[in-house]
Amino acid sequence: MSAQNIVYLDNNATTRVAPEVLTAMLPFFSERYGNPSSMHTFGGSVGREMREARESLAELLGCGADEIVFTSCGTESDNTAIRSALTAQPEKRHIITTRVEHPAVLSLCKFLERSQGYRVTYLGVDAEGRLDMQELTDSLSDDTAIVSIMWANNETGVIFPIEQIAELTRSRGIMLHTDAVQAVGKIPMRLSETGVDMLSLSGHKLHAPKGVGALYVRRKLPYRPYLIGGHQEHGKRAGTENTTGIIALGAAAKAAQAHLPGENTTVRALRDRLENALLASVTDSRLNGHAIERLPNTSNISFKYIEGEAILLLLDQLGIAASSGSACTSGSLEPSHVLRAMGVPFTYAHGSIRFSLSRYTTDADVDYVIKNVPQIIETLRTISPYKQGTLEPLDPKRECGS
Amino acid sequence: MWEYTDIVKEHFLHPKNVGEMKDASCVGEVGSIACGDALKLFLKIEDGIIKDASFQTFGCASAIASSSALTELVKGKTVDEALKITNKDIAGALGGLPKEKMHCSVMGQEALEAAIKSWRGEAVSSQEHSEGEIVCECFGVTDEQILHAVRENDLKTVEDVTYYTKAGGGCAKCHEKIEALIAQARGEAVAAPAPEPAKRLTNLQRMRLIEEVLEKEIRPRLQLDGGDIELADIEGLVVSVNLRGRCTGCPASQSTVQGTVQAILREKVDPEIQVREA
Repeated sequence: MSAQNIVYLDNNATTRVAPEVLTAMLPFFSERYGNPSSMHTFGGSVGREMREARESLAELLGCGADEIVFTSCGTESDNTAIRSALTAQPEKRHIITTRVEHPAVLSLCKFLERSQGYRVTYLGVDAEGRLDMQELTDSLSDDTAIVSIMWANNETGVIFPIEQIAELTRSRGIMLHTDAVQAVGKIPMRLSETGVDMLSLSGHKLHAPKGVGALYVRRKLPYRPYLIGGHQEHGKRAGTENTTGIIALGAAAKAAQAHLPGENTTVRALRDRLENALLASVTDSRLNGHAIERLPNTSNISFKYIEGEAILLLLDQLGIAASSGSACTSGSLEPSHVLRAMGVPFTYAHGSIRFSLSRYTTDADVDYVIKNVPQIIETLRTISPYKQGTLEPLDPKRECGS
Repeated sequence: MWEYTDIVKEHFLHPKNVGEMKDASCVGEVGSIACGDALKLFLKIEDGIIKDASFQTFGCASAIASSSALTELVKGKTVDEALKITNKDIAGALGGLPKEKMHCSVMGQEALEAAIKSWRGEAVSSQEHSEGEIVCECFGVTDEQILHAVRENDLKTVEDVTYYTKAGGGCAKCHEKIEALIAQARGEAVAAPAPEPAKRLTNLQRMRLIEEVLEKEIRPRLQLDGGDIELADIEGLVVSVNLRGRCTGCPASQSTVQGTVQAILREKVDPEIQVREA
């Protein structure tokens, strides 16, 4: 299926490379293939363009260009940040994170807990996906090496009050890392004015290609590199730079800066229209996540009595791309850890669909989805044994050991 | 994205025999909304012959397709013939299912069995599986169901059992019990309390043996599925591994590590070995 006839509402999974980004990066595959570390002008001139890319990204984040470390992806940035904090403070053995993190953070924390003996606090969320600041405050201790809390949730779009959290961690002298993979380009940031110590981002979530990411490391923060080797990135991340990717990320940052107001007006309006129409036209549907404290592009809606994979496949038949927190889509047998942490009942959790929009989403896209979704839900509800008015299915399953 | 056959897609997009049957002779109900799929099968039986069948299913595409195919399979069959239908027959009628989805075919077979038992007046407890003891608490799967699935489908690993029955797909606490059941069903010695190794290995000997078993026995198995494994570290009895290839990020990787890799190393090297992902 080509991009022309698809309604792509899965931008939290990945985004299309912006045309201006593609144009900017292409020469670095072909005629400008030099290595920025080389002594000759042919390579060195690539380094100059990389510097500009770094400055564009720093501009978007509101930080210094020297505080940016380019990486290969969001996961590498997350791993680098958390491991750096632990290595730099070997006497501290406690990590604080949340139950709703992306696996790039959550699985790492579970690994550190299981096989390296770290103590990990997993903060809970309320029914709307929000943190309890008191729980965070109570969890901080002198033994805490790092607090790692996402800026915005990838499944629900719920935004955590990172600036407020940063004030708290800074006042206690504890390092704060935030996985901002979903937030960058959608939420205005001035990192230099906050207490955020490290921030992860990923290129392909903001219209740059896959295979490039970045880590913000606050100036003078004790830091230990994850990849050790050459002197690239001022010794903070060894390995020959992904020059094309970095140039692309710079161009994408510039574009994101320009589109930031649009995300919060145009995209938000489209998202709201889609969401309100679906919630109004489909009975027994609900919004997952806080209605206001949320990314402007994300809508996670549950349709009761039916299962998400089946919904996705029927949407796919119509050329609509979305995603689901249902068990069957992941290959795991349990529905999304995020929805379960929020206490979303199983009757709803299995039937959750995430629509995530972008600057390329059109009015016609939204109309098309609004027109077709109710029929799809109805079709599947005809097949389902559970229906409105029948006995509410029990929720007998005990919480698993996770 | 799952790779479904065209037959699965056809049965999902245009399911046959959907809906409640008001004058059904019997109903078979399995699964629950918590588990993510449930099937209610209606049969009309006259003179011992299944005249009509219909279904209602909550679940993914393959669950709906399996139900639809099942209703087509049973129509016109005698009750005795219908009872001989296995989950493999259902999967076969669909041109096969992804192995992670085989539990959908098992659900169909169980619903059929439940419906016929109810028609015969045998005790059926809908929703709950009363036969046998619950092994997997996350998905409420009993030892009888696991033994049946292992025998019927020649299952060899915990991962297989999870694909076919869902057992072990949640908290993973029951993986050892499942291993014992696999051994039992396959006619092997029931896992007795682990015997002391004949001779204690030195650390160096143990490390060499672990490397050898990984290289000669485990890697080839994972490579068959397009995956791979490499040894990251050995600390005493704790073996850290990295999954590679298709194993990377595979949701079943935990059961690969704990089920397959750990089970083999325990058998060949030391029953107290613990395998972890590095």
